[in-house]
Amino acid sequence: MTHENQQLRTLADLKPGERGIVAQVGGEGALHRHLLDMGITPGVSILLQKTAPMGDPLELHLRGYALTLRVDDARKIVLRGDDEDVEDPGYATPNAHPQGLPH
Amino acid sequence: MHYTFALAGNQNSGKTTLFNQLTGSNQHVGNWPGVTVEQKTGTMLHHHHGKQTHLGLPVWRRSGHGVLRKETDLKETRVPEKYSDVTIVDLPGIYSLSPYSMEEIISRNYIVKTKPDLVINIVDATNLERNLYLTLQLLQLGRPVVVALNMMDEVRSHGDVIDLKAMEKALGVPVVAISARKGEGLDELVRRSMDVAEHRQLPGKLDICRGEAHKALHAVAHLVERNAMARDITPLYAATKLFEGDEPMIAELDLSEETRHIIEEILSSMEKEQGMERAAVMADTRYRFIEEMLTACVIRNPEGPDKLSDRIDGVLTHRVLAIPVFLVMMLLVFYITFGPFGSMVVDWFSGLVDGGIQVMGNALERWGVALWVRELVVKGVFTGVGSVLGFMPTILILFLLLSVLEDSGYMARAAFLMDRPLRKLGLNGRSFIPMMMGFGCSVPAIMSARSMSTQRDRRFTIMLTPFMSCGAKVPIYALFTAAFFPDHPVTVMTALYLMGILMSIAAGLLLKRYVFHGDASPFIMELPSYRLPTPRNVGRQIWEKAKDFIRRAFTVIFLATLVVWFLQSFTFNLTAAQSIGESMLGSIAGFLAPVFAPAGFGNVQASTAVLTGIMAKESVVSTLAVLSGAEVDSVEMLANLRSIFPSTLSAISFLLFVLLYMPCIAAFAAMRREMGSLRWAFWTVAGQTALAWVVATVVYQGGLLLGIG
Repeated sequence: MTHENQQLRTLADLKPGERGIVAQVGGEGALHRHLLDMGITPGVSILLQKTAPMGDPLELHLRGYALTLRVDDARKIVLRGDDEDVEDPGYATPNAHPQGLPH
Repeated sequence: MHYTFALAGNQNSGKTTLFNQLTGSNQHVGNWPGVTVEQKTGTMLHHHHGKQTHLGLPVWRRSGHGVLRKETDLKETRVPEKYSDVTIVDLPGIYSLSPYSMEEIISRNYIVKTKPDLVINIVDATNLERNLYLTLQLLQLGRPVVVALNMMDEVRSHGDVIDLKAMEKALGVPVVAISARKGEGLDELVRRSMDVAEHRQLPGKLDICRGEAHKALHAVAHLVERNAMARDITPLYAATKLFEGDEPMIAELDLSEETRHIIEEILSSMEKEQGMERAAVMADTRYRFIEEMLTACVIRNPEGPDKLSDRIDGVLTHRVLAIPVFLVMMLLVFYITFGPFGSMVVDWFSGLVDGGIQVMGNALERWGVALWVRELVVKGVFTGVGSVLGFMPTILILFLLLSVLEDSGYMARAAFLMDRPLRKLGLNGRSFIPMMMGFGCSVPAIMSARSMSTQRDRRFTIMLTPFMSCGAKVPIYALFTAAFFPDHPVTVMTALYLMGILMSIAAGLLLKRYVFHGDASPFIMELPSYRLPTPRNVGRQIWEKAKDFIRRAFTVIFLATLVVWFLQSFTFNLTAAQSIGESMLGSIAGFLAPVFAPAGFGNVQASTAVLTGIMAKESVVSTLAVLSGAEVDSVEMLANLRSIFPSTLSAISFLLFVLLYMPCIAAFAAMRREMGSLRWAFWTVAGQTALAWVVATVVYQGGLLLGIG
């Protein structure tokens, strides 16, 4: 499964401050599993916080933490197209289910 | 009753802090059988209702009220007499139980095969989503688990609330709120852990998936049930591993051709239904379960988290500011260590050591000890060991600063910044940390290369680490600058350090071209939140280093000085040598000396110093001191030094050789362990020594041609 298709928007195409939703996770073997384990799964929303001074590697924010990834590897992660809904389910999302809690 | 608890958790989850809190100083560091990953075990401290007794010392201080304390107060703490014997095994920091890294394989084999009585899963409560991913995998192993939600003090200060009861219900295991840094909630953790261990309480049935994935998982679990049970593996765990295409599990289950075929059918049809491949389905399933659970169990402060960490990061990794800030940080580390502050501490401490030696020498004289014994003890041993001890503060200050950088989270950013340049050498950002530590001491630096994910990256990093001039070489530089460049100490020091770095780049490019082809493994690394390092943690690391240093001073270096003294005092016929030239050491070094003649220091004394430097770099100074028959740093010694090295050029050549040649024997041993090969370690040090000889010779001969010296 390679997703180096030029037509598809990948994580590497995001600009700093931009957010995208993962459609497919590429990479082979250990890399693929490691990306999944670190929380880059289809449907997750990822914010490109910034890039290192020379444009590479990237600092990503997802699932409430920060992860660094190289541009080459970010290219293997395909994002959903612009037409699909991009919401903002980040850390600061207020919780809608406060029932059954103490305090 | 004896119990074994395993401590498992992500990197940066505070696992080491919790381990230290639970075991105090009862720690033993070794290696996991057969592999070079460090294994720490410790005995759990005795623990009584708020008071801790271990060797009669109070160890945990209680502080804080509110969420953490409330629950503890509700229950009566039981008298923990039978708590006496609990061994805690610190598993490596991991993010998952996939079989792609040594750490992950060790952890899962340990839990499944060695069967600890309990797994304490430490979870960073400020980063629940990703941390609980490992928790779900641990729960599937079917061993007793207690979840410790760490950093609850930070969660509280963010204004977030976590419903522990709801989380316990969702996960089916006890969940305890703690703050390992502050020592909060630890008694509760110990109590609940003992409870689970005593009753062999297994996790409740946990069904994390829905729909097609659920059907497929249970179908596979059913198919492999018999084979899995026969091997003491829970069928559901086996099934999830088959989803993930986990090779070791497939091999271990030893399924029939037919069963494998059916499983393949089930999985392919599920992949079609779900529109993603099987490993992604499994990861997605776990994360979905966690997301749902957190929606129900966590109320976030609507104002959002405190963005202080982001603001700090905005400066420290800023597009423009990052590199200048980085350089300033590194310069600051060196300035504090080797600048006025460092030398003040060193002077004070050497004064202390010298005073001690004086007192001991006088005492020996008063007691009427024979002269030759006094000579051995005072001149040989005390001066040798003393010169090394006097230098200890420098290493400790350097380690203090490095561990502050590490604990604060800046080291990870430095790796982030340095990834691009290091990639040019065929390494990745993670190599930066071992290299930085190399300026302190090669031994822990080489050991820290463990965090690299492939053997190629580990070996490559280890080969370059000794080029970072280690702290033990500083006294050599200091001695030589005092003798030859009294007006330019800083220039000479800086030049030597830069030379080491330049040579590492040259060696890296050569190695990339001829030995380690291709690129480093992918650079995927968590950037932990910035945290204020706790004095306790930093202090602890410094104490460990100090202990190690003192131990070395009184073992390796003590032995080295003794051997040197013996070899230089006797001839091969074991009669007292009249001069160094006659002695055994003189003969060996005399044999070796011509090799160094082209480099400009082909004499017995310099060769001897090179030889003893293999034992420990600090010995170069003590050997030169012993051989010149003068106190270290005395005016006499500086004069004698100028007779050993007739020209400034030969001194420069010697300094370059010492900078670059093989690291000490302790570093060599660490290399052999961490590279997993004696051959690799041998060729590494042989290459370094050859390079050092070539550089020294080229500089000396070049200098002569240019008429310098």
